[in-house]
Amino acid sequence: MSSRERILGRVRRALADSPGEDTPIERAYLREHGDRSVEQTVELLAENLADYRAIVHRCTAADLPATLAGMLAARGAKTVLVPPGLEQAWLADADAEQIPDRAVTTPHELDRIDSVVTACAVAVAETGTIVLDGGPDQGRRRITLVPDHHICVVRVPDQVVSSIPQALEQLDPARPLTWISGPSATSDIELDRVEGVHGPRTLEVVLVGSQSSAEVNS
Amino acid sequence: MSGTFVGMPAFPEAAHEAVNNPTLRGNLRHATHTIRAKREKAVAEVSDWAQLREAGKQIKDHTLRHLDRYLVQLEESVMAAGGTVHWAADADEANDIVTQLVKMTGESEVVKVKSMATQEIGLNEALEAEGIRAYETDLAELIVQLGKDRPSHILVPAIHRNRGEIRDIFEREMSEWGRPAPEGLSDTPAELAEAARLHLREKFLRAKVGISGANFMVADTGTLVVVESEGNGRMCLTLPETLISVVGIEKIVPTWQDLEVFLQTLPRSSTAERMNPYTSTWTGTTDEDGPGTFHLVLLDNGRSDTLADEVGRQALRCIRCSACLNVCPVYERAGGHAYGSVYPGPIGAILSPQLRGTGSEIDASLPYASTLCGACYEVCPVAIDIPEVLVHLRERIVQGGPVVHEGNKVVLKPAKGHAAERAAMRAARWAFAHPGALRTGQRLASRTRRLHPRTLPGPGKAWSDTRDLPPVPAEPFRDWWQRTGGGKEGGK
Repeated sequence: MSSRERILGRVRRALADSPGEDTPIERAYLREHGDRSVEQTVELLAENLADYRAIVHRCTAADLPATLAGMLAARGAKTVLVPPGLEQAWLADADAEQIPDRAVTTPHELDRIDSVVTACAVAVAETGTIVLDGGPDQGRRRITLVPDHHICVVRVPDQVVSSIPQALEQLDPARPLTWISGPSATSDIELDRVEGVHGPRTLEVVLVGSQSSAEVNS
Repeated sequence: MSGTFVGMPAFPEAAHEAVNNPTLRGNLRHATHTIRAKREKAVAEVSDWAQLREAGKQIKDHTLRHLDRYLVQLEESVMAAGGTVHWAADADEANDIVTQLVKMTGESEVVKVKSMATQEIGLNEALEAEGIRAYETDLAELIVQLGKDRPSHILVPAIHRNRGEIRDIFEREMSEWGRPAPEGLSDTPAELAEAARLHLREKFLRAKVGISGANFMVADTGTLVVVESEGNGRMCLTLPETLISVVGIEKIVPTWQDLEVFLQTLPRSSTAERMNPYTSTWTGTTDEDGPGTFHLVLLDNGRSDTLADEVGRQALRCIRCSACLNVCPVYERAGGHAYGSVYPGPIGAILSPQLRGTGSEIDASLPYASTLCGACYEVCPVAIDIPEVLVHLRERIVQGGPVVHEGNKVVLKPAKGHAAERAAMRAARWAFAHPGALRTGQRLASRTRRLHPRTLPGPGKAWSDTRDLPPVPAEPFRDWWQRTGGGKEGGK
């Protein structure tokens, strides 16, 4: 008998006494916590990201290239990793050498690159989380992991949801997903929180207002 | 790691040393109290905690009730997504499967994500015996591995070590395993973390094989989920060419939507955060993104036996958040090592004796490693009634009875060492059933009360060593009641 049959057989015998009928699962929990306007939800995202030691910037779509160029320059980044589908205009003003995300790049080569700029799939306000799904403007999972500096651009309010239930609804489980809430951190030494153990030690998030939200802002 | 747990003494003896170690108690007290306070705050932030907890409980119970169906569904979805599924009935089989898979890659070292399942089966030792070196990459696991130590907490395995001890371990041991600790390493957490970053990065960048567990497996999509903070998990899950995940069969949730409950309750219960820094999900393999080969090893190792126990099976709902450890007055004083298992604390006290059976001294003693105060049940995000299971297991140990062991029904004999307790209970039952004898006995006890010893002789000695014997009153209660008409006549 294979182990598969053995395990399934044991499980079935163990369950022989249990009733076959099921009552439906009670999902009495909330779909989102609190009643907020769109702008308040974006504000909450910014607050929660900052609370987890991400550096948050806000700008309009028109200002994005200058903002990104400024952030890379401030960091002294000489090289920047670029996912294949990142909007070219975003890095138009940047001085850093742009390195395309390619499958053949070795981890050691990635380790020598200063910064990476990506978009995201969705951002969760209540938890201060950005989610990457490997889409063309986000690239492979490893490019946001090995370099020490990650800049993530979030289109607000379009890409912002309030809660985890809302985020899961929008995401495709077939894609590899990376949920990021602040930079890499550990609390393993006397429960003192230290940023940056293995992932990027600096996470900067740029909240870019779309035309409509810029109007709301003004 | 788990290998060293074999032959552990019973809990009271193992705890004895820890209770008398002021450094250890100080480290533990600081850590558990810090995280307790933070957790309360994190939970208070969500107004629907009770509803999330109830939903989590119901989802897990439903999954367990149909575990056979969901296992088959999960297998199909993982294979459809490009993964390979293996089944392991016990630890030896799981270790053999993983060893063979690593050997097939031609590699002699692997990087590991912190995983309770691989600790439970002693995978690192099994790989070592076959000439394969396994590097633990979680900072706390690294501290434990370098210190040739055992983990003492589910979430923060090096909770029993303070910064000075950690610095000494790094200075002494890092060079044995790879890049040595930097010169003049101080004991600040930031410098220690930096030393670990440098030490481990060289391993991540060259690793060809990664080994992980998983926090959840989604049956309908075949997705695996790893929840972590440091990024070492992401390194191991995405940089190597081959990924092998060893996961207990109870870790299934039926649907993608079900994650919405646990991704809210797990971070807040464990690290007391709104969300942990990194969560990775993967479904089989993805072209040119992450490992090209993915193996899932489904581990039974006592779980189906646990499932057979109607009261005890609720322990399989556990999502390993470790909130129960941090509130437990016994854990806080005894430390994790005393539990003689990779699962310490209240959940360990009910999980280990079910997964391993109660044959050994330590496993038979674990259901007694509790004050039954119930704090563990209060904080459990999937509402496992740990005190109920503790009492259930105590009854089984003292009285014996039918259990399932390795799939077979066996009748457990009453455990040794409880003969006096059983005799006393039998005598008490007889006395309560014979009121005349009880009355005579009570009157006799009252009259001779000045002659009673302060400590018990014989087998009762150990019990009265740490407790005062209750003084016998001058007159039995029933005599007093009759004499005074229920206290109305006020007589003394």
